Amino acid sequence: MSLARRRLGDRAAAAVGLLALLCLLLALAAVFVQLLLDGGARLGLDFIVSMASRDPARAGVLPALVGSALVLLVTALAAVPVGIGAAVYLQEYAPDNRLTDLIEVNIANLAAVPSVLFGLLSLSLLVHGLALGESILAAGLTLAMLVLPLVVVATREALRQVPVGVREASYALGASRWQTVWRHVLPAATPGVLTGVILGLSRAIGETAPLLALGALGFVAFLPPPMLVVEPPFVDGRWLSDPFITLPLQIYDWLLRPDPAFRANAAAAGLLLAGFTLLVNAAAIGLRWRSRNPTRQR
Amino acid sequence: MRPQGQALERLLAARRLRERAVEAVLWACAASALAVTLGIVWVLVSNAWGFFGEVGVVEFLAGTRWAPFFMQPGYGVLPLLTATATVTVIALCVAVPLGTATAIYLAEFAPARVRDTAKPVLELLSGLPTVLFGYFALLVVTPALQAVWPGIATFNLLAPGLVIGVMVSPMIISLAEEALSAVPDGLREAAMAMGASRRTTVLRVLLPAALPGVSAAWVLAASRVAGETMVVAIAGGQTPRLGFDPTEAAATITAYIARVALGDLPPDSTGYQGLFAAGLLLFVLTLGLNIAGLVFRRRLLRRWS
Amino acid sequence: MSSDRTGPDLKARAQGLGFHYGPVRALKGVDLPVVANEVTCLIGPSGCGKSTLLRCFNRLHDLYPGHRYEGSIQLQPDGVDLLAPGFDPVMARLRIGMVFQAPNPFPSSVFENIAFGLRVAGEKRPLALAERVETALREAALWDEVKDRLDAPALSLSGGQQQRLCIARALATQPEMLLFDEPTSALDPAGTAHIEALITELKQRTTILLVTHNLQQAGRVSRFAAFMYRGEVVEYGETERLFTRPARTRTENFITGRFG
Repeated sequence: MSLARRRLGDRAAAAVGLLALLCLLLALAAVFVQLLLDGGARLGLDFIVSMASRDPARAGVLPALVGSALVLLVTALAAVPVGIGAAVYLQEYAPDNRLTDLIEVNIANLAAVPSVLFGLLSLSLLVHGLALGESILAAGLTLAMLVLPLVVVATREALRQVPVGVREASYALGASRWQTVWRHVLPAATPGVLTGVILGLSRAIGETAPLLALGALGFVAFLPPPMLVVEPPFVDGRWLSDPFITLPLQIYDWLLRPDPAFRANAAAAGLLLAGFTLLVNAAAIGLRWRSRNPTRQR
Repeated sequence: MRPQGQALERLLAARRLRERAVEAVLWACAASALAVTLGIVWVLVSNAWGFFGEVGVVEFLAGTRWAPFFMQPGYGVLPLLTATATVTVIALCVAVPLGTATAIYLAEFAPARVRDTAKPVLELLSGLPTVLFGYFALLVVTPALQAVWPGIATFNLLAPGLVIGVMVSPMIISLAEEALSAVPDGLREAAMAMGASRRTTVLRVLLPAALPGVSAAWVLAASRVAGETMVVAIAGGQTPRLGFDPTEAAATITAYIARVALGDLPPDSTGYQGLFAAGLLLFVLTLGLNIAGLVFRRRLLRRWS
Repeated sequence: MSSDRTGPDLKARAQGLGFHYGPVRALKGVDLPVVANEVTCLIGPSGCGKSTLLRCFNRLHDLYPGHRYEGSIQLQPDGVDLLAPGFDPVMARLRIGMVFQAPNPFPSSVFENIAFGLRVAGEKRPLALAERVETALREAALWDEVKDRLDAPALSLSGGQQQRLCIARALATQPEMLLFDEPTSALDPAGTAHIEALITELKQRTTILLVTHNLQQAGRVSRFAAFMYRGEVVEYGETERLFTRPARTRTENFITGRFG
């Protein structure tokens, strides 16, 4: 084959690949653009602070925003310490044998389980088993179970990246295992752990399927009672048992309505959700990039 | 100076106590994580057990009518399976060529700047919540398809299939690109030193060499597609229908679970337990695909390290 | 430290020392005296077990599964056996410090690096810590270079400075013995010269056991040497004598460069 034809073949191959990439980027961006076109007008301060309503022009996302925030709080408090603790145990304490490997594979596999099945798990366990009802607490715990393997895997990866020399130096000074982990290994692994946690929580915010099983599409008329109160003991836990609605659930709910006027609401809420997710994920990816490409060493 | 004698003993004794307490707490965390994985299996199996006691595995797997809440109930899961299969095939028809071609381009042809920009952007966009892709499928793709083929129903499997294909492509790209990068440079250099063009090197040398990893990407993407819920729940319809016709509405396993779980079902009823039987089937299916993907990836790593 | 012995005082002595990693036998029948306030070096070809032997002294092998010791290592002045089954490895590490081949400062500040060992030993008072950190940095000949940036990240120092920081870190707890595992192999000649000068100076205050693959270095800093081959000590004696009049052929072959 002549050199010129070969070069043409190469260029054609590259062009096909580039075309594929561009098509993909275009298609993905189209989703975001469409939301902008459909919902940009509806998005405004009134939309954000309004409560739910049967009238699409008045219905807003405030309950959904508050609900998402509260559910996320429960998720974070449940999944992050347990996930990091589990990863530290598996990486630094557990003996290096087949059983540990098996446990790790199991936990990592959990990350690939379809998210809707977590809804079934919590329906059986939390709603019926523990009688937690269709509450913020149940929703938070459901998403925590979904996010747990992500935190564990990310933390393990980050711990593995810490060079063994740091640990040896610490032990050689007579430090105990926990002293070594707490004062040196975990701090060194923090960027990686943080990235994993942020990505995991961002995923939790966007999940709809697991919460559907909790019967989540009721009409939420009131916001949950506040967490912090004036009288002692200054903290109120009633909000945990309140019914909930989150942003993705609200979008789903509006999409199911026959009235096409709700479409703009769904799109506006979608913009909020998309914007938030993109920002948070970009921050996490940026953090990961910076931790892998440190610029301040000589 | 360093404490001696008694002070040292006390320091070390206190330390030992603290270490044991910390290790117990961390162990509990690990046990909790493991408990969740076992919990899913337990919940699915124990509820499905009740279902199979009533209905029987054969009727479940071979029956052609899924209608647990009708006067004359049907408990055959085939309609849900055919819908899931249809969506999966459509999605893979989009994702495999698009994703693989892009992965090859990024790994072998693209200049570094393009690669370094495209990869994070793809990762970012693929992180968009699935409910938004569902919105897009129902309100943009379906009308667009209807403009070309008027015979397509408002709820159909083609629109979600195409959208899920696009949604899952970044996953294939990331895994396939990793697989291609795992092939040592020596192979590339050897091929090109023999006079092969870049295109030939990639298609005839690198791709076959990276095949275990690339096919793992496809298989894992298939698992992801089968488990996708929101896009099909929104745009695919929620009525079970047996058959592979993508132009009509049909409920996949996931869409069905999403719809029915919303209602208030008594925990002992066959309908409730049917949910878990369907869930168990989905779990087994995706687990099988995930394991296959894992095995393929391991084969790739073994080949090149 | 009995004063009516005719020979040199020993800080430590390994007797019949053996070591296994799982099924692999890495050390066999090692008898090694370590003379107090002197530098003893371990030399030999790659894989002869010098680092393995070194790490027996501070029980660092205990961190990894499948380890098994034989024999004894006695540490003076109390004569305790570091390898005894009931002996807590942490005790060995609080008395014997280690400097590693590649500098491995903790990813924290210069001050915190050195204070860590003190905190582990139970020192909490800020004034005492500050004082001990300064002393250690002076002993490691690093004080002048870092005194204005004690809070700077340790990783921002140069390679040679990082290694001296690691030495200061080990010195802070005033160990009775220091183990050096090829401390200059990752450094340039200037850094190497600094460290060698430091080692020569430090032996007045502590006892040093040094592993090196650089025979010139061994000749420059050590008074006693043990030549190892395949997990055994082939010959031990004063460094000068070992280099000029080795008693064993294998030693001679190694010194003259016929192998290793």
